[in-house]
Amino acid sequence: MGLISAIEHVIKKPIWDCQMCGQCVLHDTGMTCPMTCPKTLRNGPCGGVRENGHCEVKPEMRCVWVKAEERSRTLPLMPEAWREHFNNLRPPVDNRLKGDSSWKNAMSGRDKETPPGWTPEPEAPEAEVEA
Amino acid sequence: MSRLGELLDRGNELIITGEAPVIDGGTLADYEAKLQELAPWCDAMNATDNTAAHAHASNVAMAIAMQRVGVEPILQVVCRDKNRIAQQADIMGAALHGVENICCLTGDDVTAGDESEARRVFDLDGPQLIRLANSLKEGRYLSGRSVGTPPPLVIGAVENPGTHPLDYRAQRAAKKILAGARFLQLQICYHPDRLEGFVKALHENGFTEKCAILPSVVAVKGAGPLKFMNNAVPGIDVPADVISRVADAETPADEAYQLVLEQCQHALSLPGVRGLHLTDFRKDGSMARLCNDLGIKPRTEREQHAHDRIVAV
Repeated sequence: MGLISAIEHVIKKPIWDCQMCGQCVLHDTGMTCPMTCPKTLRNGPCGGVRENGHCEVKPEMRCVWVKAEERSRTLPLMPEAWREHFNNLRPPVDNRLKGDSSWKNAMSGRDKETPPGWTPEPEAPEAEVEA
Repeated sequence: MSRLGELLDRGNELIITGEAPVIDGGTLADYEAKLQELAPWCDAMNATDNTAAHAHASNVAMAIAMQRVGVEPILQVVCRDKNRIAQQADIMGAALHGVENICCLTGDDVTAGDESEARRVFDLDGPQLIRLANSLKEGRYLSGRSVGTPPPLVIGAVENPGTHPLDYRAQRAAKKILAGARFLQLQICYHPDRLEGFVKALHENGFTEKCAILPSVVAVKGAGPLKFMNNAVPGIDVPADVISRVADAETPADEAYQLVLEQCQHALSLPGVRGLHLTDFRKDGSMARLCNDLGIKPRTEREQHAHDRIVAV
């Protein structure tokens, strides 16, 4: 682990339980790390959330995505764009980046690289669903 | 094109899908007999992928078996057991045998099954898997490599309208529709108000025109399975009054039938609902009774009717 990764880990581990995936999306997920979801889901909660809002896999833990969804709406001082990004389709994790500094990968743009066959949504999400 | 694909293209007729029984052994003839309870009513049936994290005959093998006995399969693909390479191989392998319908799921966790010590995979999640299937349909693997002739996949997914965060579930469904899901089989929901709110949000925002919404119903014989779902299946909440309604009835089996009939009627009454996804745990001829009571004709009759209408035009 390089110096930057070490510094990032020291800061982000205690606050967000950062798993060092090397491609951080915290700002799009209500400042809640999706890699702490036991299924490491990047695109919202699975269908197994319990009636009390807790996790299917760890019943004692509140669902990471229930928390993320709530925070994406209610956290103060968050730029509006970050809130809007919550519904974006996030691409598959690049497992080669695990352990890397996501700061470094964000600066170089490496964390935005996706497999050549991956296309984002076929059409822009023009309509937000009002629940 | 698959019958399900044709129905989705036509855009107005009822769609009935069903959960096929799992295969653990025996012959193709045994399996054909097992399918007969539900198959005549269904446009297509799910070839499940190790349901509830229990090992069974594989999804691909099951889909091929169904094709061989004349039942149109929907290949379920879950993210729990295989990485993206194996998932692509399964979809392409099934397509080689003419399986076109794909249903993309995140899947239950390994802890839901009887081998909790297994490694969980979840290399992709449900919405990513939908895009992956779309890439194959558009002619390339995730790597960008060409698949040759693209398989004419009919891609769908699932969503749970009945669990938290309740106000967000329709948005998650919309995300899947935007990713390319053309049908959504919903998790069984014992809260009619939650199902209603979910379907309404999708319908009012135009998503039900792009995607067929198919709420699930589960036919059970008594209160036991309701209690089991409530206690042991995360994401399903069965309210106490629903359980006691069946448990305290003079004949619980009849009351359980009434319950599922009412659930079907309620679901079909909602604007934006295109059909149903049926699961049968009764295995006592109730599926025929249910479809009769709902005025749903067997698949062959519906097919003939549609054909006659097209010819008449």
